[in-house]
Amino acid sequence: HGPYRPHEPGYGLDQPGYSPYEDQIPDPQARMLAIKNAKAYLLKTSTRSGLNLYDHFANILTKILDEQPANTVDIIEDISKDVKWAQFQKKMDTLRDEHQTLPTFEAAEKCKALFVKESGEEHEELDEEMGQPSLPNVMETAFYFEQAGIGLDKDESYYILLSLKNLINVQPIQTCRFWGKILGLERNYIIAEVQLHEGEGGEEETGEEEETVAEEEKETDEAEEEGEEKEKEAEPPKSTYKPPPEVPKEENGTGTNKYVYFVCNEPGKPWVKLPPVTPAQIVCARKIKKFFTGRLDAPIVSFPPFPGNEANYLRAQIARISAGTHVSPTGFYQFANEDEEEEDGDAYEENPEFEPPPVADMVESLATWAHHVKGILKQGRCVWINPSQKSEENEDEDEEEEDKEEEEEEQEEERGLPLLTLISEDEGIKNIPAWIAQPSTNLIPQYSVAILQSNRWPGAYAFASGRKFDNIYFGWGHKYSPESHTPALPPPAQAEYPSGPGITETVDPTVEEEIAFKIAQEEALAGEEEEGEEEEGEDD
Amino acid sequence: MEAQSLPAALPLVAGGGAGLSPERRAALGASLPLLQRDYRFERVWFWGCIQGLRGAYYIAEGLGPNRAAPRSRLYSLNCLDWSLLTPATKEVLALAEQLKGRFQGDPSFEYSLAEINAEAAARLIEGGKEPVIKEEARLIATIEQIDRAVGIVPRGAFVKTPLGSVHENRHFEGLSLLEAKKLSSYFHFTEPVNLKNKTLLEKADLDPSTDFLDSLEHDIPRGSWSIQLEKGGTVVVLRSLLWLGLTFYHVPMTKQFGYVYFGTGEKNLDLPFML
Repeated sequence: HGPYRPHEPGYGLDQPGYSPYEDQIPDPQARMLAIKNAKAYLLKTSTRSGLNLYDHFANILTKILDEQPANTVDIIEDISKDVKWAQFQKKMDTLRDEHQTLPTFEAAEKCKALFVKESGEEHEELDEEMGQPSLPNVMETAFYFEQAGIGLDKDESYYILLSLKNLINVQPIQTCRFWGKILGLERNYIIAEVQLHEGEGGEEETGEEEETVAEEEKETDEAEEEGEEKEKEAEPPKSTYKPPPEVPKEENGTGTNKYVYFVCNEPGKPWVKLPPVTPAQIVCARKIKKFFTGRLDAPIVSFPPFPGNEANYLRAQIARISAGTHVSPTGFYQFANEDEEEEDGDAYEENPEFEPPPVADMVESLATWAHHVKGILKQGRCVWINPSQKSEENEDEDEEEEDKEEEEEEQEEERGLPLLTLISEDEGIKNIPAWIAQPSTNLIPQYSVAILQSNRWPGAYAFASGRKFDNIYFGWGHKYSPESHTPALPPPAQAEYPSGPGITETVDPTVEEEIAFKIAQEEALAGEEEEGEEEEGEDD
Repeated sequence: MEAQSLPAALPLVAGGGAGLSPERRAALGASLPLLQRDYRFERVWFWGCIQGLRGAYYIAEGLGPNRAAPRSRLYSLNCLDWSLLTPATKEVLALAEQLKGRFQGDPSFEYSLAEINAEAAARLIEGGKEPVIKEEARLIATIEQIDRAVGIVPRGAFVKTPLGSVHENRHFEGLSLLEAKKLSSYFHFTEPVNLKNKTLLEKADLDPSTDFLDSLEHDIPRGSWSIQLEKGGTVVVLRSLLWLGLTFYHVPMTKQFGYVYFGTGEKNLDLPFML
């Protein structure tokens, strides 16, 4: 086919620059660059073995040319493997790579350990003595809450059930309940609300108290010795400031410390007991708002400074949440003593004649629910106490008099709502009601469950269905406030002593001024005593 | 999260205690595919649920061929009947930021603007309209804010083509466990803001096909994300502390990831005090 004529397709395509493959063959400059890039790619080292393709090919070809084996092309892959193996042979020593123990495997081990059924005669004996503690049916509660879309994954609920079983086997527990889960920054907390057998929890406390009393005595002895030594030196006047008496914490088993709480980070990890809460901690916890990190020993950096670490803050928040959101259908609990309907009534028991209202009623009216945990007063306790009365036992006579002077600032007795108040009495925040009641489903009213959500503590839920009910908390552990949190301001600077001539500094008179003043004074004296002897004036 | 992976993904984000009831789950399983058919979306994401006082809003998003294009948002009160929301405008965003308090749960509820922003109210009155803002507008603005601030995806999950459109990366095999614990492996899935401020050295290391979004490393305030390994270390869960309720999950070395919001729709302005 000769040279193409202009009207034929293919005309001019044999000229350089016009062939149909022009875009695929780059111009020489680009070609050099492409070769360089290809070589650079071949020289790239592998991340796993430290070899690069270029050197590896060079080694293979060198070996082939040296040894000249027969039918090289058939065994080229084996030659490549041999070259690689030869590379590493000298460097191989007796150390081998350890299998990476990923944290996932460790966690899986712990979860597997939960499933081991404990068998032992010791446990059976204990059970007979103290009565079988009831394992809460976590799966049943989870089912009811799931109808409302609340709750953890089923696997996690089951792990929690198994961990609670372990907790019951280890600690002397009377009743146990899954309280909820509080989220943290690094790890979360799973919390169990527990009542220990009487007398069990208290032993640790008294032991600690004795130790602290002994330490205090030692300190006072040392202080006395130092005081005797220092008497020779002039001491600055002692301050007459006495800090306000501390509000004592409530006894274990009553008020805010009615239940003992155990926490763990994940099911499978050991349970840690939280210390009882003091009123000072509750009062401070009301003023601060901090995320939990997930480590119980983390310090809480805040203003006002929180008296304790994260374990105490967690316990204080748990106490506030329990007091604010633990509810039950009205009438489920009744007072143990009918006379004790005053604020101090703390004992309640199940009402055997309780008739559960239908779910529709429970959703419609909030009067069908009642709190069964006492509210916390401003003081930080459930039962008000006058702190200055208690302090009289520990002090000397001198200080008693000072206390009586201070009694003019007596705190007003606080009265809280009595136990078993209906939740319809709860105040909302601005125009947001304190509780929202909903049925779990509108489509199937026969099997729906009444669900309560708290608006004051977002994350607190309660359900009721027939005779069954429960409370739970899933959240970050903070109260809802429509306004932004404003931290407490530092106290104002204390007023200084009012300045007057008595304390203002003046410049000391110089020697000449003093002499001149003295002379002037004596002249005045001499002037006054007309019959004054001049000898004295001349002597000076 | 992807509508198709709802059944598998909901247990992974249930660590925070929030989820969907079986009734809602079943309803979503039926209504989301219908949504895809009716609106011709390529992907449907279940965005989450905003809890109001009298009801909850369930939100879904539909994506077209370009995954980074503005998404269509729909809301429903019962997971069955969906209504399309109009895209958010700047004025609505600015106004809604000043509204405080919980959502009411009624889309036609009107917030009176006069108390909040007198100027805007005056402008509306001049324009002949009432000085109110509807809850629907607040809903639109809140969803847009949450998506912009805390909607995240893992690095490498999406690629940008030279033509500018963004697709899922079919070769994405998941982040390794080591990478999954670092904040720099996650990107905000919105228009990047900080990308051009990076130094030349940093830019040289970036791969323009996968690194075209802002990473979480430089979020202000520092520490506004909580990274945890849950379920025995098999799932990485990121929770936002700025918008409490947003949970992102990813199973390392697999393609599963997604984020969902279960909350009250309020920004946590106390965050700096709480850290």
